[in-house]
Amino acid sequence: MNGSFFQRDRAWHPPAYTPGYKTSVLRSPRNALLSLPATLSEMTGPVFGHDAIGELDNDLIRNFARTGDAIGQRLVVHGRVLDENARPVPGALVEFWQANAGGRYRHKKESYLAAIDPNFGGCGRCITDGEGRYSFRTIKPGAYPWPNGVNDWRPAHIHFSIFGQAFAQRLITQMYFEGDPMIWQCPIVQTIPDRAAVEQLVAALDRNATIPMDSLAYRFDIVLRGRRSTMFENRREGN
Amino acid sequence: MVQRLDYLKESPSQTAGPYVHIGTNPNWVEITGVYSQDLGLAIVGPQTRGERVILEGHVYDGNGAPVRDALVEIWQADAQGLYNSPHETRGEADPHFAGWARQPVSADEGFYRFETIRPGAAPYPDGRPQAPHVTVWIVARGINIGLHTRLYFGDEEEANGADPLLGRIDDPARRGTLIAPRSERDGLPVFTFDIRLQGEGETVFLDM
Repeated sequence: MNGSFFQRDRAWHPPAYTPGYKTSVLRSPRNALLSLPATLSEMTGPVFGHDAIGELDNDLIRNFARTGDAIGQRLVVHGRVLDENARPVPGALVEFWQANAGGRYRHKKESYLAAIDPNFGGCGRCITDGEGRYSFRTIKPGAYPWPNGVNDWRPAHIHFSIFGQAFAQRLITQMYFEGDPMIWQCPIVQTIPDRAAVEQLVAALDRNATIPMDSLAYRFDIVLRGRRSTMFENRREGN
Repeated sequence: MVQRLDYLKESPSQTAGPYVHIGTNPNWVEITGVYSQDLGLAIVGPQTRGERVILEGHVYDGNGAPVRDALVEIWQADAQGLYNSPHETRGEADPHFAGWARQPVSADEGFYRFETIRPGAAPYPDGRPQAPHVTVWIVARGINIGLHTRLYFGDEEEANGADPLLGRIDDPARRGTLIAPRSERDGLPVFTFDIRLQGEGETVFLDM
C-alpha cells in the first residue's frame, strides 16, 4: 500500500470557519484550499525510532511525579492506529496532553482556579507497535471553563497528535469519554458537522482492560488517511 | 442489499487548542524533567550536506495580529532532493538530515525560525521537476484542521517559474504568498515566510 492517499473527506472534518468557536473566526482561511495530487513531499514523512522514547514517557501518573503519584481517577488509555483500509499503522508517533484531574493545565497562561497538581505534568508519548497498538497510563482529566461564551465548559478530553507514515496523514484530534453529557454542549465538539464523526472521537469504557483495584480503562482507536494499492496505478517511476 | 465496503473514516480533526506546546514542546513551556529534550528542535548537524539557510517568519491572524500559540512544523527533502523516509525509493537520503523539525512560535510576536538546508528538487507525480520547497504545517487554537502549505525560495526564480504547483495559482499575488524573499544575515541566506491565516495576503493553503 504505497499509492497516493484517499482524498480527505472535508465534510467529515470541521470546516475552518466555525463562529460558535470564536477563535476560528479570525484564524480560518477564506480562500479555497488549493488541491494537488500528493507528491513525495506529502507521501513521505519522518520516522521516529523507539529510542526516542523514554521509559516513563507513556506514564502520566509518574513521569512528572515529585512527591507521589498524580492525583485523580487512574486510567489506562489504549487503542490502535489504523488507516482507512483498516490496516494497522506501526511506528506511528502518538503524543498526548491534557489537563489534570481538576481541569487545570500546567501552563503559565492557564487561568482556571482549579488547583495545580504538583505531580502532574500532563504530557506523554509513545510509538505504535507492529499491530499499531499504543497505550498509556494517566488520570482522568477534569472538565474546565473557557472564555468562549459566557459559560462554556470543555468536556473531559485528551489531546492527541499523530504522525503516521506520511506527512499527508498528520493529524491532531481530541478524545472524549463515553457517557459525558458535556460532549454535546461543547462549541469545539460542535465544529464537527456529523454526529457519527463526533462519536468516532468518544472512547468507550473498556471493562476488559481495567486493572482491578487500580485503573479504569478506555479504548480509543485512531484512523489516519488510507492509501491506494499500487496495483491499479498507472504512474511513472519516481512519483 | 449490496455488500459493504469496509473502509474506515479518518478520525475527525480537532483544534490543537492554546496549549499544544504541552504535548509537543513541554520543556519550552517549562514542563521539565519529563523528556530530556523536545523533539524536532535541530534539523541539521555538522555532517549534514547542503547549503545552510534560515527560514523564519511570523504567523498572523485575519486582523494582522500575531498568532502567539501556534506550532509550525517543516518537512523537506535533503540537498539531493531525497526524503529521509522508508517511502523514498529513488535513493538513500542523507542520514545526517532528518528532514523534519518543529518550533513553537514565540509567545510575544508569533515568530518562528528554522536553521536548515536548501532542499534539492523532487519530481511532481507526472515526472516534471518541482522547484525546491519545504512543506509547512501549522496548528494553533482556532485552527480546526491543521493547515498545509509550502515555502518556495525567493532566489529560485527560474525553478519557481516552472513549478507545477505554483503554476496552478493564477493570481500572481496569491502565488507570491508561497515564495519567501531572500535576505542575508551573518553570512547566511535568510528566507522570510510570513504565514497569514486570513485576509489580505492570505497564504495559499493546500488540500493534497
